[in-house]
Amino acid sequence: MLRCEAPVYRPRTLTDAIYARADMPDATVIAGGTDVMVYLESGSLKPTRFLDLWDCSGLRWQQFITGGQFCGAGLTCTDAIRSPQTHPLVREACSTVGAVQIQNRATIGGNICNSSPAGDTLPVWLALDAEFELASMRGRRRVPAASFWKGYKQIDLRPDELLVGVLLPQTTGETHFRKVGTRMAQSISKVIFAGRYRRGVEARLAFGAVGPTPMRCREAEAALVAGRPVDEVVALVEAEITPIDDVRSTADYRRKVAGNIVRRWLASL
Amino acid sequence: MYGAPLTKLWNADPARPGRVCYPPPQMSIGSSPPRRDGLSKLTGRALYADDLRPHRCLYGATVRSARAHARIVSIERDPAFDWTGVTVATAADLPGPNVVTLMTDDQPILADGVVRHAEEPIALVAAPTRERALAAVRAVRVTYEDLPALLDPLEAEGSPVQIFGNDNVFKRIHLVHGEPSRVTGYLIRGRYRTGLQEQLYIEPQSMIAAPRPDGGVTVTGSMQCPYYVDRAVKRMLGHDRVNVVQSVTGGGFGGKEEYPSMLACHAVLLSRLTGLPVKITYRRDEDLRATTKRHPAVIDLSTLVSPQGELLELHARIWMDGGAYHTLSTVVLSRAVLHAGGPYRCPHVNILGTVVATNTPPNGAFRGFGAPQAQWAMERHLDRIARVLGMDPLAVRRANLYREGDVTATGQTLHDPGAFAVLDAAEAAAKAPFRRKTLRPGVTGASMKAGRGVALAWHGCGFTGNGEAKIRGKVGLEVHGNELLVLSSSTDIGQGTETIFPMIVGDTLGIAQDRVTVAQPDTGRVPDSGPTVASRTAMVVGGTCFKAATELRAKLEAKVGPGSFDEQLLRWRNLGLADPTHESTYEVDASVVWDPDTYQGDAYPTFGWSCVIVDLRVDEDTGEVLYDRVVTATDVGRALAPVLTSGQIEGGTLQALGWATAEEVVLGANGAMRNDRLTNYIIPTALDAPEMVTCLVEIPFAGGPFGAKGIGEIPMDAPAAAVAQAIEQAVGIVLDSLPMTPERVLAAMGAR
Amino acid sequence: MITRFVCNGQPVEVETPPMTRLLDVLREELRLTGSKEGCGEGECGACTVRIDGVPVMSCLVPVAQVAGCNVQTIEGLAGALVHPVQAAMLEHGGAQCGICTPGLCMSAAALLEENPHPSVEQVRVALAGNLCRCTGYQKVIEAVSHALVDTGE
Repeated sequence: MLRCEAPVYRPRTLTDAIYARADMPDATVIAGGTDVMVYLESGSLKPTRFLDLWDCSGLRWQQFITGGQFCGAGLTCTDAIRSPQTHPLVREACSTVGAVQIQNRATIGGNICNSSPAGDTLPVWLALDAEFELASMRGRRRVPAASFWKGYKQIDLRPDELLVGVLLPQTTGETHFRKVGTRMAQSISKVIFAGRYRRGVEARLAFGAVGPTPMRCREAEAALVAGRPVDEVVALVEAEITPIDDVRSTADYRRKVAGNIVRRWLASL
Repeated sequence: MYGAPLTKLWNADPARPGRVCYPPPQMSIGSSPPRRDGLSKLTGRALYADDLRPHRCLYGATVRSARAHARIVSIERDPAFDWTGVTVATAADLPGPNVVTLMTDDQPILADGVVRHAEEPIALVAAPTRERALAAVRAVRVTYEDLPALLDPLEAEGSPVQIFGNDNVFKRIHLVHGEPSRVTGYLIRGRYRTGLQEQLYIEPQSMIAAPRPDGGVTVTGSMQCPYYVDRAVKRMLGHDRVNVVQSVTGGGFGGKEEYPSMLACHAVLLSRLTGLPVKITYRRDEDLRATTKRHPAVIDLSTLVSPQGELLELHARIWMDGGAYHTLSTVVLSRAVLHAGGPYRCPHVNILGTVVATNTPPNGAFRGFGAPQAQWAMERHLDRIARVLGMDPLAVRRANLYREGDVTATGQTLHDPGAFAVLDAAEAAAKAPFRRKTLRPGVTGASMKAGRGVALAWHGCGFTGNGEAKIRGKVGLEVHGNELLVLSSSTDIGQGTETIFPMIVGDTLGIAQDRVTVAQPDTGRVPDSGPTVASRTAMVVGGTCFKAATELRAKLEAKVGPGSFDEQLLRWRNLGLADPTHESTYEVDASVVWDPDTYQGDAYPTFGWSCVIVDLRVDEDTGEVLYDRVVTATDVGRALAPVLTSGQIEGGTLQALGWATAEEVVLGANGAMRNDRLTNYIIPTALDAPEMVTCLVEIPFAGGPFGAKGIGEIPMDAPAAAVAQAIEQAVGIVLDSLPMTPERVLAAMGAR
Repeated sequence: MITRFVCNGQPVEVETPPMTRLLDVLREELRLTGSKEGCGEGECGACTVRIDGVPVMSCLVPVAQVAGCNVQTIEGLAGALVHPVQAAMLEHGGAQCGICTPGLCMSAAALLEENPHPSVEQVRVALAGNLCRCTGYQKVIEAVSHALVDTGE
């Protein structure tokens, strides 16, 4: 129970939140708290103040829009699991986050902006060609998921910006999600995979926990679209990812598993 | 000699003469009343140590070594920190010997001059808030001069680094029995390893010391053995004005056997310096890094076997890593040596065990206490024999399992061994179909290979050899009006002591069990029943409850003649006598022979037996093991309260599955645990746990109350080996080291 | 900062920094010690409480976020009687050392109020955020599967 005296500003509307963000670019943004509170208790976070978006209306909704779907950044994993509108890949990813109590608080936006390379939903956004909508006093802009995570825990989000939501364009093809974690629940990923493939047209092979950021294996994707043999695609995946040894697993394991998952999925199509 | 019925105690067969028993009109034994502490735990009213907050209580915290082995050059307070209201204690502040009293005097309460392992306590702080205490810990600057560190137990003997004695050997035990074989056979050798395991009680260690008006101190906390703590604190203080109270304890599994003694000394020292109550509750990361673990082991087995798979000779070499201080390592090694042959007969046995010191945090008691490590090795070795001979693994076991009248490696003759009974029961239960667990979301399209594995184990119940004779555990009974109070230092740490003692006493007296309650363990009030360890509480202390009740009846009968207990009590009171009380001491059968020098004689009063059949699937792509069903059959003697009995077995079984495939302690370069969080020290969740089918086999032990045997530890012994055999069957890989993490499974599959 | 919320049916007002963990407010300020701290990082579930009926880890919720909410702890799970989950846990032996038990009861109660007849797999999913080291979960799952919850139908 580390005592934290830092003040909290709790905007109720998105407009208030965006104004507040402009005023307090140093603030730590918190939503469901499932990451921030852990950092705070462990002492790794030294906050000056907080911007709390948990009760901010206008973030916790999703709907179909022309040419796709919009998911509010404040959607919790439970919201996403329960909504019939949720894309199946998003639902699968959200249902592997922590356990029920975590899913009830953890938000999509938090998972994206925390930008842990092992974030469970992150490869899904890559596989679905998602765009993140960022808002500030200066206006709104959209950043493709593929260019959002720039380095280990580095994201393309300016100090005055907030993530408002995710735009999922209409996509085609077979999809697949697989999380390999430390156990069946309450588990941090060792390897996460999200894939989308339409034979001869396009392929997305996206991974988490195998490099400093979630990543797509673009050479493997190209080989797949070009109709190269599965073994060749798998070899490219294994070459493109850059996993490390840590207390949870080994680079060798992660590399082998990443290849196996892709091989199994492609063989099943 | 054990095994013959102890006619003085309850006899399971009422037709036999010579017994002293008073069968009640309705027996509670064998039923499962709700546990006594159930409602208070279920409603959140039960108070655990950290729930208590004495008036003006200070919070204590610990400054720990960052080095594996070093001289302490200085301990300084950061002048920039505001030390107002903060008390700092070092070894210099100790009022008595700097020793955690246990078996040997090698472990200091606070490191003095030298640290021998990372996370060793160096200094203590007390402050009005936890936050301040933790900040003060960070403001204590320790400078070290590094010494060479010894981290590999196989290099301990003969290492120039001296940690314990001249050779770093805590204990060497050599057990030889029988004559070498005259016939030749196959010589089969193997090396088997097990890793560290954390008990992971969900309630972290917590202790409160509060000054008493008489200048003494009351220690209240989470613990298994109040009298261990009592002795340790009294020795440190040099006076007897100490009482130790067990608060509701959130799990122990051995982890709260000896460790709380040190923690209590810390809290008492701070309380003595400040004159105020002091509470120390470890954060989970500190608890993981600093407290004891299961001893890792390396075991070489070499057997001579006949072409039919019969064991002719067994040669075992066991190395265990005790860590930097002795704690209970000698006894852990002893149990490993005594269980090394598993539940199998062998005419010639030669076992040499060594437990050594390394510059790593001390290892200590953990459910099974050496036996799981030893039997992991033996079970895997039997699978190796089966592989070499081309036999079925179960056939090899059947060829060797102990039978009536067989003699163990210590020369003990076995009566009613339950090996075949539990095997038959498990096989019968495993015939029933089961539903494969569905895969959870996020796991689709996997390729799973199914396998089944069988393993057996035995476990000596209670202390080894003449241990009970040394302890002479006591139990008191007090009559208060219509109610009875049991006084015992045996702690309920979840296993159900508070529930079964009244059943034993009630049934023995012939009264309803709910008229009997167990007093809160407080060394100022209850006698020393011995520690809550070694699968001895139900069998030995429960047996002493039975004896106390029997003797109380005899006492009444001598004064007021025969009758029901209530009639006798009425007549007793009519004589104007005060409510009766009685204290009994556990009596060991005088015919027990045990020679601790040769390790020959009656090693244990009796043995529990278990058979485990595991059904699992291995994911070919990831090496993950998914448990579908585990059938266990355990000879429990008599299930005093079957729901509690099976609850012990199921919990121990899952702990063993965790040890098998998930739980791994990763040590850093300084020998401290790196994965010191629950996110990366992995214990099973409800989704990882299998369906469990728990068969209780009852082969009564005449020396236990109503025939009960000790069952707390045996569930830890067999599952891991059954898992390994099932993995072997599923994907054709042989793993002889624990844990069998997905990383190791996949690597082995790749090397096929 | 003063935070007002309803705890176990009673309006409460606490003065703490806004980022104080709900768990600490419950245990230290309100002296409701039935919610336990087993890890402090949202892994063990021993601190599970319900906010507006939804089970959460109270060690991961800053108190500011429960302003105006209904918080239910184990102390408020049942009124004078016991909740069906508690009764079933008692009967089936679902509690041993008891430290994880309040959290398990909160998760189980939330499941059963929404789905009175869950499958074993659904029970496992609902309880997967509550680590228990004593029971192997077998009797907990049996208890929750057999708890008869009056859903008011």
